[in-house]
Amino acid sequence: MSDPTGGPGALIIFFAAVFTNNILLVYFLGMCSFLACSKQYETSLGLGAAVTFVMTATTILNHVIHHQLLVPLGLEHLQFVVFIAVIAAFVQLVEMVVERFSPTLYYSLGIFLPLITVNCAILGASLFAINIFDYTLWQASWYGLGSGLAFALAITLMTGLRQKMGYANLPPAFRGVSIVMIVTGVMALAFMGFMGMASLD
Amino acid sequence: MAANVPNPAAGMGGERKGILTFTAGVWRNNPIAIQVLGICSALAVTTRLENALVMGAAVVFVLLMSNLLISLARGAIPRRIRMIVEVAVIATFVILVDQFLKAYYWDMSKRLGAYVGLIITNCIIMGRAEAYALHERPHHSLIDGLANGLGYAMVLACVGLVREVFGSGRIVFGRAWVLLEIPGYEPNLVMKMAPGGFIALGLLVALFYALGLQEETEGES
Repeated sequence: MSDPTGGPGALIIFFAAVFTNNILLVYFLGMCSFLACSKQYETSLGLGAAVTFVMTATTILNHVIHHQLLVPLGLEHLQFVVFIAVIAAFVQLVEMVVERFSPTLYYSLGIFLPLITVNCAILGASLFAINIFDYTLWQASWYGLGSGLAFALAITLMTGLRQKMGYANLPPAFRGVSIVMIVTGVMALAFMGFMGMASLD
Repeated sequence: MAANVPNPAAGMGGERKGILTFTAGVWRNNPIAIQVLGICSALAVTTRLENALVMGAAVVFVLLMSNLLISLARGAIPRRIRMIVEVAVIATFVILVDQFLKAYYWDMSKRLGAYVGLIITNCIIMGRAEAYALHERPHHSLIDGLANGLGYAMVLACVGLVREVFGSGRIVFGRAWVLLEIPGYEPNLVMKMAPGGFIALGLLVALFYALGLQEETEGES
């Protein structure tokens, strides 16, 4: 599993991306949809699946485009525009393909796809994998997959907690976003228990 | 989610509309505390007050420029591709900010890392372009952008202040300019790490609600 060029192996990256360096609980990315779509299991599972798929694919695509196209041409400063365009185009493409070939999947997943374009976790995963960690293509694809699953895991856990929380008697000021944020903080604390098992830094 | 509270100033003219637009953005309809947009960067860069202020300034700039440009071009943007146009405009200004930080403020650029690029996907900017700049005149859009940016920067500064004070017991600007130091304070490292960010912002949102800002939004869990 270890990578010939050095750096952490694929399994380490995958595990770290899901547990110790969770993109949502440690890097705070994807909070908007996390807060908005964690009320019901169907929604959170659908969004989680869509994010996992799109994130894996766009991390790979962006990695290839960055190293094969932008770096040789000396256009790294256009990175942001190119990445976001790739993500938007990919999402649009997936939406059209899914709509054409699987109407059932389209109706369960379709509404989440446009949301994903502006999900900062997607762009964030690409930027982290390429700019911050400087991964190879093989490492970056595992990072994308792990981060997508990390988002799905966090949003599904949160949905369970929120459904229980519906019965709780909260002080008025804490109802809504506030308590969700504090509970997320506690969840992040719990995930810190995994620290030391694997790390990306 | 109360993403778009109807703008009470809609349909009014002149100076009063400008003032109402301004107070809505900064306070009544604060982008982070009330509309719950742009949380990601609000949490990520607020380990220090200085980072929070620079990030706030960057967002104010991008928001001002994108609102102005989109408002000026609102007649020329076809409806079907408006999202792509908005993203392109926003990304252009974010690149400007990123290059500026890299050129003149390298330390900060390193510390903010990928989060400068992530201003592109900051929902506040897209949200204001969609909800306001596409329908309103340029000078009102400028005020709206300024107000929402300041509202965002204000919350960021509050979270940054709380986290830096409780996390390290002191406030430091630049390399060594110490603004405040609590002698004998045992640093609470959790405030500097991710969980502290969530909890600090959660408490701040609760404070906003407790101060009587909830009238216009429904608070259900």
